[in-house]
Amino acid sequence: MRVETTMEQRRDVVVTGRTVHYKPLNLARWLIWGMTVLVMLVLPLIFTGGFAITLMSQMGIMIIFALSYNMLLGQTGMLSFGHAVYSGLGAFIAVHVLNMIGAGKVWLPVSMLPLVGGVAGAFFGVLFGYVTTKKSGTTFAMITMGIGEMVFASSLMFPEFFGGEGGISTNRVVGDPFLGITFGPGRQVYYLIAAWCLVSMVAMYAWTQTPLGRIANAVRDNPERVEFIGYNTQRVRYLVLILSAFFAGISGALSAINFEIVSAENVSAVRSGGVLLAAFIGGAGVFFGPIIGAVVFMLFAVALSDLTKAWLLYLGLFFVLMVMFVPGGIASLLLMQMPLVAKGKFKQMLPSYGRAAAAGVVLLAAMILTVELVYKVQVDSANGTDMSLFGIGFDAGTPIPWAVAAVLWVAGLLAWRMAAARVRAAWDKVQGEIAGGRA
Amino acid sequence: MAAPRRSRIEGYVVEFFVISLLNGISYGLLLFMLSSGLTLIFSMMGVLNFAHASFYMLGAYFAYTVASKIGFWPALILAPLLVAGAGALVERFGLRTVHKYGHVAELLFTFGLAYLIEEGVKLVWGLAAVPYRIPAELDGPLFTVFTSSFPKYRAFMMLVSLGMLVAIYLVLTRTRIGLVIQAALTHPEMVEALGHNVPRVFMMVFGGGAALAGLAGVIGGNAFVTEPSMAAAVGSIVFVVAVVGGMGSLVGAFIASILIGVLQTFAVTIDASLAGLFSSIGLAVTDATPFYSLWKLTVAQVAPVLPYLLLVLMLIFRPRGLMGTRES
Repeated sequence: MRVETTMEQRRDVVVTGRTVHYKPLNLARWLIWGMTVLVMLVLPLIFTGGFAITLMSQMGIMIIFALSYNMLLGQTGMLSFGHAVYSGLGAFIAVHVLNMIGAGKVWLPVSMLPLVGGVAGAFFGVLFGYVTTKKSGTTFAMITMGIGEMVFASSLMFPEFFGGEGGISTNRVVGDPFLGITFGPGRQVYYLIAAWCLVSMVAMYAWTQTPLGRIANAVRDNPERVEFIGYNTQRVRYLVLILSAFFAGISGALSAINFEIVSAENVSAVRSGGVLLAAFIGGAGVFFGPIIGAVVFMLFAVALSDLTKAWLLYLGLFFVLMVMFVPGGIASLLLMQMPLVAKGKFKQMLPSYGRAAAAGVVLLAAMILTVELVYKVQVDSANGTDMSLFGIGFDAGTPIPWAVAAVLWVAGLLAWRMAAARVRAAWDKVQGEIAGGRA
Repeated sequence: MAAPRRSRIEGYVVEFFVISLLNGISYGLLLFMLSSGLTLIFSMMGVLNFAHASFYMLGAYFAYTVASKIGFWPALILAPLLVAGAGALVERFGLRTVHKYGHVAELLFTFGLAYLIEEGVKLVWGLAAVPYRIPAELDGPLFTVFTSSFPKYRAFMMLVSLGMLVAIYLVLTRTRIGLVIQAALTHPEMVEALGHNVPRVFMMVFGGGAALAGLAGVIGGNAFVTEPSMAAAVGSIVFVVAVVGGMGSLVGAFIASILIGVLQTFAVTIDASLAGLFSSIGLAVTDATPFYSLWKLTVAQVAPVLPYLLLVLMLIFRPRGLMGTRES
């Protein structure tokens, strides 16, 4: 691994930042994975409500989906707008197989159904990937969107397979119970999802350490140089896409088990866009980024959508702000703090972070108030303009709430500017201290 | 007895052909208004503007609002200008910030923007379609071929599209700013070195491209339906046009637009299937035949998929598109 011989190569090592070192026992890695297992096991015991179990099940499915998507976006630099094709078609095949199990035509334990979905996803990866991976970059993005639209449009053409408008419904409680597990109760389904989620996470992480995973990173960073050292980048992209489609298929089959229905919506552009948002918000550059993103996305999609009709607007706004100001996603924000924590300097940042958080809360309140006021007046005014927000009732038809919103905007923006300056100053000071200490 | 019947059948064929062709061309010209802006922006800035169809939608909604206040004709001018302003603002305060992170970040930004515009439109104008109507003086048939009539408004759409086509051609080739734009397409550094404000040229091109989409929205919104999903409905077709025509080629975009417009218009009117073809050559196709659901599909049912099929075929057999000069 002695590659740092020239200036040029040393720069590359810094960019990717991952030289492989031999370590007898990576304690931190075991700790992190152990904690993940523990959290997944314990969470449904703490939050026992039906809503919480549903939410966590969906999070598990989304984690697999977002991680599989990130094999393309984060690891290989392929921006896909049609990833739902693989999860959706995997879900359709899985739901048909599940129905066949129910009819007694084939024998398969329900817990192994995700494997069927995965193989189906990989099959469609082989099929469509052959066309899409001929190209990279922007053109790849457009072709994936075209394929996605094509599959979605055909879903209404073949009602026998896709079930038309209503979709295909199923019953997951089939076959003999094994050790009393029927997959009837939501919690059993959650544990099935959690188990598959864990296996997929480990497999996808292990993949990043394989030669293919490494060369995929190289294709992302500098495809031209990869060609020069004798690799076929198109082939690398194709292989990665097939693997990624496999894991997407697993998530699709799990969603078929979880919801007991699969419809054309599963292959739609909305799904494809959703997984892109999730992976990017979490952070495409880091392996665990999409996990955070999937959790955040599901909070938006399940929890927030119960509270407000404008949740997509909030999600879109969040996404655009992330693209503009935090292109590394939430994970990059966390990773930026790690050196500070390691040096014991994180405490120095807390006061300025607190100010920024306070300003952020004011801005958030201003935005929510504005959006909800506009929504009430423009869309929802049939039953009068009385509304309530955070337990405070008011009339959107009067100027007072609008004035409050304006005041919040001005105050929030001013506070944000001041707080941002403080954060920058504190950050520079801490960085200076760390650099000084090192010298 | 036989002769009149035959001429009547011929009449039907002519009627069907002429009307469908005209409808197809007018739809194709509308597609070209959208794809020309997209192509200009792409070839100049390397940005694939995912929100391009959203500007089309904004144009339709702005036109609806303006038309309901002061009438359709002012809206025809005002709405595209408003959209141009919105586009310029997006470029100045959004895209320019993201530019330093590269093309993928720009694409993601416009993708998020498409979400925002759609949700914003729902917020301001509601979830349902708005009653944006064709002005009374353009309502009604222009001429009639046997029994089918060709609406005046379709002709008006073609007129506006062609007028715009000539206008951008003249602007790009005959004016000083057009020459600067053309130069900045290929040699931005050199143009900058000669003292032109290239970022401002980018802003103008983005605003201009958005205005073209907005104009398409003004005349397309009332010909079709003005609703929050109209951007998503036309957006992916516009991308197909851009790829099939060859990324960055205006001529290619024109040919592809007309091709796809005509293809789709003819396809939705043809009620024939492979099963029918097989049975006419003596092969009976029934429920028991394997893949029966595939054979019984009519061309009309397949119509929504055709553009994407064309895209896939194009990428397999001619990856650089009809008029593309290079492979990306």
